[in-house]
Amino acid sequence: MELLVAIIIGVLVASGVYLCLRARTFPVVMGLTLLSYGVNVFLFAMGGLKINQVAVVGMSPDPTDPLPQALVLTAIVIGFAMTAFLVVLALRSQGELHNDHVDGKPDDGGRS
Amino acid sequence: MNHWIIAPVLIPALAGMLLLLEVRERHRLRRLTGLLSCAAMLAVAVFLGDQAWGGEITVYALGNWQAPFGIVLVLDKLSALMVLLTAVLAFPALLYASCGDDRKGANFHALFQFQLMGVNGAFLTGDLFNLFVFFEVLLIASYGLALHGRGPERVKAGLHYVVLNLVGSALFLVALGLVYGTTGTLNMADFAVKAQALTGTDATLLKVAVLMLWVVFGLKAAMFPLYFWLPAAYASATAGVAALFAIMTKVGFYAMVRVYALAFADGPFAGLGQQALWWLALVTLGLACIGVLGAKRLGTLVSYLVVMSVGTLVAALAFGQLQALGPALYYLLHSTLICGGLFLLTDLIARGRGEVADCLQIGPAILNGGRLSLLFFVAAIAVVGLPPLSGFVGKVALLRSVPDPTYWVLLLIAGLCGLVALSRAGSTLFWRTTGEGSGLRPARRHLLSVVGLLLLSPLMAVYAEPLLQLTAAVAEQLRNPDLYLSAVLGGGA
Repeated sequence: MELLVAIIIGVLVASGVYLCLRARTFPVVMGLTLLSYGVNVFLFAMGGLKINQVAVVGMSPDPTDPLPQALVLTAIVIGFAMTAFLVVLALRSQGELHNDHVDGKPDDGGRS
Repeated sequence: MNHWIIAPVLIPALAGMLLLLEVRERHRLRRLTGLLSCAAMLAVAVFLGDQAWGGEITVYALGNWQAPFGIVLVLDKLSALMVLLTAVLAFPALLYASCGDDRKGANFHALFQFQLMGVNGAFLTGDLFNLFVFFEVLLIASYGLALHGRGPERVKAGLHYVVLNLVGSALFLVALGLVYGTTGTLNMADFAVKAQALTGTDATLLKVAVLMLWVVFGLKAAMFPLYFWLPAAYASATAGVAALFAIMTKVGFYAMVRVYALAFADGPFAGLGQQALWWLALVTLGLACIGVLGAKRLGTLVSYLVVMSVGTLVAALAFGQLQALGPALYYLLHSTLICGGLFLLTDLIARGRGEVADCLQIGPAILNGGRLSLLFFVAAIAVVGLPPLSGFVGKVALLRSVPDPTYWVLLLIAGLCGLVALSRAGSTLFWRTTGEGSGLRPARRHLLSVVGLLLLSPLMAVYAEPLLQLTAAVAEQLRNPDLYLSAVLGGGA
């Protein structure tokens, strides 16, 4: 299972980084979303992977670590708010600069 | 338990919420609330500074959960000093913005308070994940503030700023995950203790985590190669906001100092990444020189001066291993306040010149430009580091405590470049003029906040000796991480 989770994280982060390096705002927003998914799964895995165990001491012989779950929850909330903000900002940049290039450059025919 | 420690976080939080409720059209009420909150913060910061000055490290357990399990706020000399600096900078910045700039967009005052809450929280917290949360609070408020007032330039610079910082946050989370995965704790003190005991793969993983933390803090502090967002974002922000942002890079520097002093001053991880930090800081310093000389606008020039101060500070941290920290902290106080003042002054000059604004080209003369040119002269002398003002004292103290030829040469060249750039800017702005200006006269409140900030430089020069002793005492306390560790971990046991 560790291998599976590691591959998932790797794929998510790699696609996230790739999309972040694009020149249009929409792929960048998508990239940041994927990146934060990858990071969240990574954070979750840092408490140690256990199957079918509750996060309460005393309820099971080998309880899973509850702290990463709390951390991930915080990270998800913050990431969600930031993504929403970024979408609004991208829309405003589209409105004010009349194109969706991250540098606000005039359209070059979609080559970038 | 002493509840005052949480006041620098609670006061702006409550004021911010109150400001969200207040009617938008009643500007006077909102300004009063904001300024009152800043004044209260200043009073509390002085009180806390007095308390920390006794040498005792006070720990405040949030929710009364004891140290490694719950989140704690820790007040030592360094955090007290930084909170005080924030309050001293925030009041004039807000006063300046309260003169019309705050009307250009909704919720300026609330965002300003939330930003202060984030900054103060980051300075006070004793928990790494909590540091992340406060970073996010100050960042999301700063996104709003950076975009305050509209305009395509702002949106463009703001987009870069937001995207870069979101990637930085992702890296921060990865680093925190690794820290938790290897040491099983996020409390800074507990982390420092447990990190020493690690061996094998865990130690390697922790090294990766710490180097990632350096990258994140370097991004916040605007170090090479991660400073490119700063000049555009700061130069295009509203004046009061840019002045407040002068403290933001120092938050990154503070985080570096804190983590470094606690966990990496000695032990198995001593000097981790230090060499890289040293060279990167020197490159930052060198590139800031080029930036200062090449700036086409006064705002950009001042932004590069901020980058220059960051390079100076981080190099002192990386070289001296806390030996040079005392003078570095003095320089930090000086550069933050003067750069803040310079951002405000830039805006005043831009207003006086009408359409040419702060572009460094021939333009109309400023109406009654005498006062502004005098202020500019004082600020330039202070920031470049010529005698008799505080920049000179700070640089001499730094040069004496970092006896490295490369640093000496670069710091002196940086001073020279700053001098050349600022004198060229000053002569263009005030002397190479065509005809009478049509711009606005500076309002009294504007002048008052600029003069207030710039006056601190001669004051810091006059009281240089006690101030240097004070910062040396701060550094001394940081050199004994055991004090911090026993205060945080021993309190509950």
